[in-house]
Amino acid sequence: MRTVEAASLEVSGVELAFGSNKVLRGVDLVVPAGQTACVIGPSGSGKSTLLRAINRLLEPDAGDVKLGGESVLRGDADVLRRRIGMVFQHFNLFPHKSVLDNITLPLRKIKKLDAEAAQAAARAQLDLVGLAHKAGARPGNLSGGQQQRVAIARALAMEPEVMLFDEATSALDPELVKGVLSLMADLAEAGMTMVVVTHEMGFAREVADQVAFMDHGVVVESGVPEQIFDSADSPRLRQFLSQVL
Amino acid sequence: MDIWSTLSDTFLDWESMKAVLPEMLKVGLVNTLILAAASVVLGTLLGMVVAVLALSSKRWLRWPAKIYTDIFRGLPAILTILLIGQGLSPITRHWWGPNPYPLGILALSLIAAAYIGEIFRSGIQSVEKGQLEAARALGFSYTSGMRLVVIPQGVRRVLPALVNQFIALVKESSLVYFLGLLASQRELFRIGQDAAATNGNLSPLLLAGIFYLVITVPLTHFVNHFDKRLREGRPVELEDVELKELAHANR
Repeated sequence: MRTVEAASLEVSGVELAFGSNKVLRGVDLVVPAGQTACVIGPSGSGKSTLLRAINRLLEPDAGDVKLGGESVLRGDADVLRRRIGMVFQHFNLFPHKSVLDNITLPLRKIKKLDAEAAQAAARAQLDLVGLAHKAGARPGNLSGGQQQRVAIARALAMEPEVMLFDEATSALDPELVKGVLSLMADLAEAGMTMVVVTHEMGFAREVADQVAFMDHGVVVESGVPEQIFDSADSPRLRQFLSQVL
Repeated sequence: MDIWSTLSDTFLDWESMKAVLPEMLKVGLVNTLILAAASVVLGTLLGMVVAVLALSSKRWLRWPAKIYTDIFRGLPAILTILLIGQGLSPITRHWWGPNPYPLGILALSLIAAAYIGEIFRSGIQSVEKGQLEAARALGFSYTSGMRLVVIPQGVRRVLPALVNQFIALVKESSLVYFLGLLASQRELFRIGQDAAATNGNLSPLLLAGIFYLVITVPLTHFVNHFDKRLREGRPVELEDVELKELAHANR
């Protein structure tokens, strides 16, 4: 199905400030192609800002972001974002369009597919997330979990080289979290490069190749899940884990 | 003196109504609809431009829109219509003669655009920030994201307020009368006014009033119906309350 290879992602020394408020203070994160990095940390630590710096929804003030070994900061940001899929906490589906049209809109307008090809691609993607039967529905008539799966399908239909997940299950009712997480796990399994900002420690432990703990705008500690969850070095991380686990 | 017969002589003189009815239909109604429709179209187009400028992140685009809105919302409509209609007439008469219609439509449109611009702006601003963010994350430019995702949603939310504005335009079109119209250009109010002066009673004006109601009342009900559907179709959001207040303030 996939025709585009997942790419590696390398974030080095990225800084970003809102006015005088330095949110990112030199973030380093390396995600080899096909691997999944989970980013954990307290709210306000800069996790969501980091994702937006990677796809340049927010422009970094310093540092570099490399996709497949090449810096992405000098090129056209709109073109860059076509290579990076993003999934949001609040889904952000377009409520005035049907589920199918949510997926076909970027395919037609950005990938320049004709209507027929776009529909075929969109239906195939909806099928993969188990929602082919909802193609004609409005997002507002779907459950949160279904909406998030549509949002994932919309991002995947663009054939991204990297996927970013910004607390994708935080706005979901507890019983709907599992379906979305298992879809994300499948995607990781299939070899997508993923950066997952999450509060789901179980997911991070099970699925991540690497877990990065952020606090105050830097990655304080990172490593394989066992290291982070079972033998954390930094006191700050140990304190954080004692609060969330 | 019998009050009833006095009132009925003034307002219900069937003969003078019947006499003016054909002209009211063929000239008055047609001209009112032309004036209103033309300024609805122009005012909506210009209003969208004003809204988009007002939402720009660039100050030199935002400011002209702000000043424009302040001026045309702040002046009495009749003053704007006279200033533009009479003031520009010496210039424009080289193009289309002393015809006051184009300038009347221009003045009505400029006034409408100030209100409609504010309606669009508030509607567009009420669309969640995440919508543009999601569009941009997919690879849409700011312009495409606004055009394909944000503006369609914003406009949908303010349709009731927009129709209210259209109703106001139907009524305000009567002010063009102050520019002096040829017999064939007279709209509903002017025809009613002329016939009332000739007949010495107000029945033709009452008839003109009925014509206005025939246009505006269905529009009002359309808005209410639409408003209700919007509210029952989805939960009332804070923005909707603001928009209704805005629509109300425009009256």
